[in-house]
Amino acid sequence: MKKITGYMHQRETFGAVDGPGVRYVLFLQGCPLHCLYCHNPETLSVRGGTAITVEDALADILRYKSFIKDGGVTISGGEPLLQPDFTLALIEACKNEGLHTAVDTSGFALPNVYEKIADAADLILLDIKAMDAELCRKITGHSNMRALAMLDYCEKTGKPVWIRHVVVPQLTLDDALLTELAEHIKHYSCIECVELLPFHKLGEHKWEKDKYTLFNTPEPTAQEMARVKRIFTNRGLKVR
Amino acid sequence: MAETKKIDVRGFICENYTPYDGDESFLAPATEATKKLWDMLSADMVEEKARGGVYDVDEKTISTIAAHDVGYIDKNLEKIVGLQTDRALKRAIMPFGGIRMVNTSLAAYNRELDPQVQNVFKYRKTHNDGVFDVYTDDMKAARHTGIITGLPDAYGRGRIIGDYRRVPLYGVDYLIEQKKEAKKALENRTMSEEIIRDREEISEQIRALDELKCMAEKYGFDISKPATDTKEAIQWLYFAYLGAVKEQNGAAMSIGRISTFLDIYATKDLEDGKYTESEIQEMVDHFVMKLRIVRFLRTPAYDELFSGDPTWITESIGGMCEDGRHMVTKMSFRFLHTLINLGPAPEPNMTVLWSINLPDNFKHYCARISAKTSAVQYENDDLMREKFGDDYGIACCVSAMRIGKQMQFFGARANLAKALLYAINGGKDERYGTQIAPKSELPQGEYLDYEDVYKRFVQICDWLARLYVNTLSVIHYMHDKYCYEKLEMALHDEEVLRTCAGGIAGLSVVADSLSAIKYAKVKPIRNEDGIAVDFEIEGDFPKFGNNDERADNLAVGVVKMFMEKLASQQTYRNSLPTMSILTITSNVVYGKKTGTTPDGRKAGEPFAPGANPMHGRDANGCVASMMSVAKLPYADSEDGISYTFSIIPSALGKTVEEQEDNLISLLDGYFVEKGHHINVNVLDRETLYDAMEHPEKYPQLTIRVSGYAVNFVKLSREQQLDVISRTFHDRF
Repeated sequence: MKKITGYMHQRETFGAVDGPGVRYVLFLQGCPLHCLYCHNPETLSVRGGTAITVEDALADILRYKSFIKDGGVTISGGEPLLQPDFTLALIEACKNEGLHTAVDTSGFALPNVYEKIADAADLILLDIKAMDAELCRKITGHSNMRALAMLDYCEKTGKPVWIRHVVVPQLTLDDALLTELAEHIKHYSCIECVELLPFHKLGEHKWEKDKYTLFNTPEPTAQEMARVKRIFTNRGLKVR
Repeated sequence: MAETKKIDVRGFICENYTPYDGDESFLAPATEATKKLWDMLSADMVEEKARGGVYDVDEKTISTIAAHDVGYIDKNLEKIVGLQTDRALKRAIMPFGGIRMVNTSLAAYNRELDPQVQNVFKYRKTHNDGVFDVYTDDMKAARHTGIITGLPDAYGRGRIIGDYRRVPLYGVDYLIEQKKEAKKALENRTMSEEIIRDREEISEQIRALDELKCMAEKYGFDISKPATDTKEAIQWLYFAYLGAVKEQNGAAMSIGRISTFLDIYATKDLEDGKYTESEIQEMVDHFVMKLRIVRFLRTPAYDELFSGDPTWITESIGGMCEDGRHMVTKMSFRFLHTLINLGPAPEPNMTVLWSINLPDNFKHYCARISAKTSAVQYENDDLMREKFGDDYGIACCVSAMRIGKQMQFFGARANLAKALLYAINGGKDERYGTQIAPKSELPQGEYLDYEDVYKRFVQICDWLARLYVNTLSVIHYMHDKYCYEKLEMALHDEEVLRTCAGGIAGLSVVADSLSAIKYAKVKPIRNEDGIAVDFEIEGDFPKFGNNDERADNLAVGVVKMFMEKLASQQTYRNSLPTMSILTITSNVVYGKKTGTTPDGRKAGEPFAPGANPMHGRDANGCVASMMSVAKLPYADSEDGISYTFSIIPSALGKTVEEQEDNLISLLDGYFVEKGHHINVNVLDRETLYDAMEHPEKYPQLTIRVSGYAVNFVKLSREQQLDVISRTFHDRF
């Protein structure tokens, strides 16, 4: 069998907020999007990272089986869909070991890529950056068409999805925009829940000063987050 | 209740206890009386803090089992009675461990020893006097530089658990009868030193049991016969424990494994309709309240090592029976529930003996209480049961022992990080510049060579282990002679297994230092006396705490090597050498006394607590850290391996339910991987910072550090900062 090599940024042996249960989270290197608020900017570049084969990645994951047997493995990034062969092979390897698999993605990939990954993984954590195409372009540099198409595909195939959305004051913290998103996704039966992630400042020190534009952006308040949450729960969506 | 002829508490428990699989919904809230009593005590404790940590001292009465007059908090409200002195929080003097310590402690709180008492000790020698009569120059030097520290040479050694259950189960008269028989059995023998000592000790034990009856009588109770119901069982048991803490100022005065035992009485009384659940919980609350106010008079230097007035009244809860049933009972819940009814507190030291097979409801309840109070520690019953059976308890933090059948000679710990520096510095102490270990030539070459340094380290450990065990022999010989725990030992079989419990500090510093020398290049910077005062490290190296075999194997190797050295020593009273990896809060003071180490830790910086990896060096998350710690071989550190885990709630899971589930996954995983002990703190870092600035807002904030719980606001500022910086997992 051909050895498939991926490039990873880091591993986290105790992931408790990237899918259900205690999870091993593998952060891959490289992302096609360049979100203004990215909190792991060091994972953006497709250069760098540590080369690792699927066999080695699996072997490392299995060392933690006692802890993750009721949780599982989450492949995150960077953008895992940027390394589809590796991601796919690792998902299959993990499933062979009886481990639950999740992929944390922005959905920014070609259909033949996201379809294969969605078919293989047990759960998709899909980050929809913005419903508004222009805003999405402003935040990420690209449109949201592919993410929405991936969501449609998951709906068609019945693949469980958790929607993630980062709430950034002065950017996405806007009732009209949030309502638009909630209205759009409320019809999808594949969506198990929505995770609203408050923008935070813990990653900003990792940015080069002249490339980061959100130094003056505050974190959303608890009241704001509660209000945002209601926009979704009022439409029958479960918010985690 | 007991009709068996021989003393067999375990047999009684196994035959009569009722495992409980249900949830906590049966529990009763605090009664009015409980609230009132706890409010009174809480106010007293605020006053205690305002008075500099000591509420009051009875400096006139030499504390013995029955020396003090009776005392109450509020006689009309208390369901369980008895205080160490005639008033709550008033401390007693216990000079038999060392009159010097009593004098120093009193002076620190602007008090003076009663002249009559002072006079007694002109003629009566103490444990401390005996020890210093015999200490060699080497021992004094090692104690001075801190390569061996925390030695119980000036106060009670503790870490002995009386089987306090014997008093309610058999009544004191029967216990006395048994002791008399045992003494009789030692007649018609050659009067060797052993037999003479045994007969004298048994006589002391009988005297202690008589005194215990007297003390109970003063409170209006006749405990010569077995207890007949829950209230009596708790009261009898508490009197037995109270006698022990009136008699001994032991470093750790653990209470054993009492909850499931007591449940047998409660189950019967509930069935008979004698007491309601609320009445039973009230008794437990009042009992636990008493345990929370056990106080010893100690010096500020002791407090610098172990802050927060620790008494280590460790209660072991749960675990599995050897017949395959779990040993969780309603009483296991009731004991943990005191953390809700009375709010969190460090004492008693609630210790859950965790097994993968404990019932789910109980696991969830534990996780819930941990997340709410951070006051529970967990130890691996599946690991310990193999060695200690199903009726062991934990002494202090992590030391398992069969109750009533085993005791230990507590030996604090040797500072292995310093030992490594001695290896690099030709046996000289890096802070004092004096020759402490045997002199050797300094390592040659610009960079340290791993094979060479390790060989030197082993030689230093040879010297250290011998000196260490010799020192312990002196201490425990004198403790037996001048400060014998007559009541605690009266609640033991006559034939006990004694262990000589050594310990090590600085394991992760040593492992990382060896790793730096082996996998990077380390250049010592020496001063004019040839002592390495700093190290230049070129390149990266694997660090303990990342589940990286290269570093972890170094830690495992050091543990095995030092245990082997301890095991080859001649010990006092043929005790069995064991070892712990535990520092409690003393990792701060050990660090202060240790120079810069080759891992990059600067002089004076704290060690990691217990067996924890050094802070900030774990790059793969906390499960990888746990895996590293779990590799440390329990067989070579049977006295316990302590690991402290702190996490912010949001990193543990999004909802409270998820946090509980994830905590259970962590505990199950850690213990399946053969981890021995874990402290769990679920706390916001911000809460701790706020508590540093506004201690008055957090009188009950409890956190766990290396084997015991402590009131956060009672820690020194240095220890507070250490706790915050060292043990937190807060990624994301």
